[in-house]
Amino acid sequence: MSTAPSATAPQKRSFTAAASVYVNERTSVAGFVKELGRKAFPDHWSFLLGEVALFAFVVVLISGTFLTFFFQASMAEVHYDGSYVPLKGVEMSVAMASTLDISFDIRGGLFVRQMHHWGALLFVAAIGLHMLRIFFTGAFRKPRELNWVIGFILFILAMAEGFTGYSLPDDLLSGNGLRIIDGMVKGIPLIGTWTSFLIFGGEFPGTQIVGRLYTLHILLLPALVVALVALHLVFVVVHKHTQYAGPGKTQQNAVGPPILPIYAAKAGGFFFIVFGVLALIASMFTINPIWNYGPYDPSPVSAGTQPDWYIGFADGALRLIPPGWEFVWLDRTWSFNIIVPLVVLGGFIVTVLIYPFIEAWVKGDKREHHIVDRPRNAPTRTAIGAAGVTFYAGLWAAASSDILATHFWLTMEGVIHALQATVIIGPFVAYFITKRVCLALQKKDREIVLHGYESGRIVKLPGGEFIEVHQPLDEYERWRLVSYESYEPLMIRPNARGKITVGQRLRAAISRWFFEDRIAPVTKGELEAGHDGHH
Amino acid sequence: MAQDDHSSAEIAAADSSHAAHDSAVSPGTAVITADTFENPGFPPHRPRVTDEDPKREKRAQRTVYTLFYLSILGSVWAIAAYMLFPMESNNVGDVRLNNMFIGLGATLALFGIGFGAVHWAKSIMTDVELADERHPIGGSPETQAAAAKVFADADRESGFTRRAAIRNSLIGALLVFPLPAVVLFRGFAPQDQIPVELLSHTMWKKGTRLALDPSGTPIKAADVTIGSAFHVIPEGLTELEHGRLEEKAKAAVLLMRLNPEELNELPDRESWSYEGIVAYSKICTHVGCPVALYEQHTHHLLCPCHQSQFDVANHCEVIFGPAKRPLPQLPIAVDDEGYLIAQSDFTEPVGPSFWERH
Repeated sequence: MSTAPSATAPQKRSFTAAASVYVNERTSVAGFVKELGRKAFPDHWSFLLGEVALFAFVVVLISGTFLTFFFQASMAEVHYDGSYVPLKGVEMSVAMASTLDISFDIRGGLFVRQMHHWGALLFVAAIGLHMLRIFFTGAFRKPRELNWVIGFILFILAMAEGFTGYSLPDDLLSGNGLRIIDGMVKGIPLIGTWTSFLIFGGEFPGTQIVGRLYTLHILLLPALVVALVALHLVFVVVHKHTQYAGPGKTQQNAVGPPILPIYAAKAGGFFFIVFGVLALIASMFTINPIWNYGPYDPSPVSAGTQPDWYIGFADGALRLIPPGWEFVWLDRTWSFNIIVPLVVLGGFIVTVLIYPFIEAWVKGDKREHHIVDRPRNAPTRTAIGAAGVTFYAGLWAAASSDILATHFWLTMEGVIHALQATVIIGPFVAYFITKRVCLALQKKDREIVLHGYESGRIVKLPGGEFIEVHQPLDEYERWRLVSYESYEPLMIRPNARGKITVGQRLRAAISRWFFEDRIAPVTKGELEAGHDGHH
Repeated sequence: MAQDDHSSAEIAAADSSHAAHDSAVSPGTAVITADTFENPGFPPHRPRVTDEDPKREKRAQRTVYTLFYLSILGSVWAIAAYMLFPMESNNVGDVRLNNMFIGLGATLALFGIGFGAVHWAKSIMTDVELADERHPIGGSPETQAAAAKVFADADRESGFTRRAAIRNSLIGALLVFPLPAVVLFRGFAPQDQIPVELLSHTMWKKGTRLALDPSGTPIKAADVTIGSAFHVIPEGLTELEHGRLEEKAKAAVLLMRLNPEELNELPDRESWSYEGIVAYSKICTHVGCPVALYEQHTHHLLCPCHQSQFDVANHCEVIFGPAKRPLPQLPIAVDDEGYLIAQSDFTEPVGPSFWERH
């Protein structure tokens, strides 16, 4: 169905055409359609990750809206009187009881609840993968630095949405999660104790927290997420999408199928596929069976408690602190077993947030970049990313230290010590290996451009010698391998006033670290020089 | 700043991958050589099988509309499943069937539309690629100059820069006006509570009987055999009208009986136990999870949240994990009727550390 209004109305106007004209004359939508309708949208499987995040969010919005009609965010105590027999008569909060009603007394309620929870997990996961794609391809470079920041804030907001939602049913597991938050907040110097009382409306657990989290979960946080998602997408339109290097693609064009009809059909269809995958998972796999945990009670807890996956890195950070990191000094308690994880994770988050600005400063490159890098062509960045992923993964695995220990018949202490080593040494190992792999891949690319690829065709020369014929690349394949830029380390020179500033020295040092090992793309001259083409 | 950055003049001619409008912009430390390959331009278009073979095109068309019809079938099935699989029988199995069949119907409905639309786009819609021209994000120099002029005019007409007193007082007022709203958030916690006092005391007092969690039945010392462990709450907790969970979050206790020879008690706490029966706070001194796992033969307590381990035989000192302080001990004794009672409240705050604790 086309809603695009035609400038020259045919004699016998169809209903669609008439409707288009009617709408356009009241909204001026024609200009919008003309501007956007045939925009080229570069295509690649990795560009779908952000779409998965967006579509999962839409599913979460739809399913969550349904849930709000049944969920009651109250911590008033009731005796459960629903259909789930094992909990009949058990005292619990209205929040927990209404969540059980959604699951056991409203047909399809469990399906929507599970789709909501699975959708939330997918939402955060897709944002994470999307960010990794952006990072490793350098798609955060000018002019997209601010959109990286917006996206990263969305990642944090998504985790906050997840945690607040996880806490709403007021079951044993989520209550323990809040207990941990309470304990962490209390460990913050100076403001911790009061902050805990402000959050919980008095002593933990109090009777306020579920209602407050509900307001955050369904009003404040979603409003922020929707606003930032909208801004994020506006910037995608303003910047036009990035594209991978390829024949015909330049920094001055955006190549791809038009939004109408191909991109719209594909992306629209993909929304239904993501929705369908979540529906399939929700219909087949149980998630968060709160009826097995029971209502929150500060005394019992089950072994092997796990947070939702995206909180794992924070929980793991708490677990990896060695014994004894707490002191009384100046008559006050300094809980470094809390402060250190908070500061380290905060530092990690801020570093990721500002990474685009650091790289831009080191390179001094003020041009716009619309062609994204292959990860191998930015070895240091890719290695930094691998180090960050390893650090995060170590913390994340630590959140399951007890389960790792019991499943693999290891000691708890052994698992913790191994993961402590992973978090500290692992990033360096990952950095080194990744950088070497990238450089090796770049060398391989050079080799292929200079000497062609192995064709598998064996030829016997007149002299009796056997050789394998190397097939040279055609110009399109070659272009993919040579069309990247490399950077060289910054040389320090005095500025106009004859001074070398500290900032300049620092920039030069980081630049050396970044670009000392450099494999330049093959040039025309090198290829023409034939086999002497090594640099 | 960037002394070694290539000057724009050098690269203007060489940089073929960036546009003329971009050439005045510094490439920083990027290496730009004149000897690069030229972009070969778009490769020849490769038609799809559906473009060349009308039979395949027909088949793709059939696939697409079949998928859309399947979607309708799925929606109908989900509605039918809503009615065919009731769950009012108090039987969990019925809930599972209801969930699964509604879900599978919805899945088919969604997949039908999704795969149908994507297949339509990929194999039937005309396979065109367009190339849009990009323009500098900052706009043309004329646009930038016009925007700068707007601000300059506005500044001149308002006197924002010139009239510093007006401007600065406005900035001051704007900074201060949200503060009352911040103060309102004080209402998040009750006005009449002093956190440190509340955190320093629990329900336990001299003579409170130790009772089973959750039933609230008092415990006789004679019923605590060696090697056993009890989850304990103060007697009377279950009858509390208000603040039951808040009190329980502080007063929960673990009671264990060890062979008295294995118990290594601090000299000033020798009177705190009774014939090898010891009572310790169940609330972890790390971040407050219940330390609920007791390993009988090693006398170790394990917190399931962050794996702090406490040695009951050695006054619950930390032997592993992120916790620092031992679990606080509840001094206990036995009353005339043989029931276990508390000698007093805990002598230190229980649960996670907090700033004012010392």
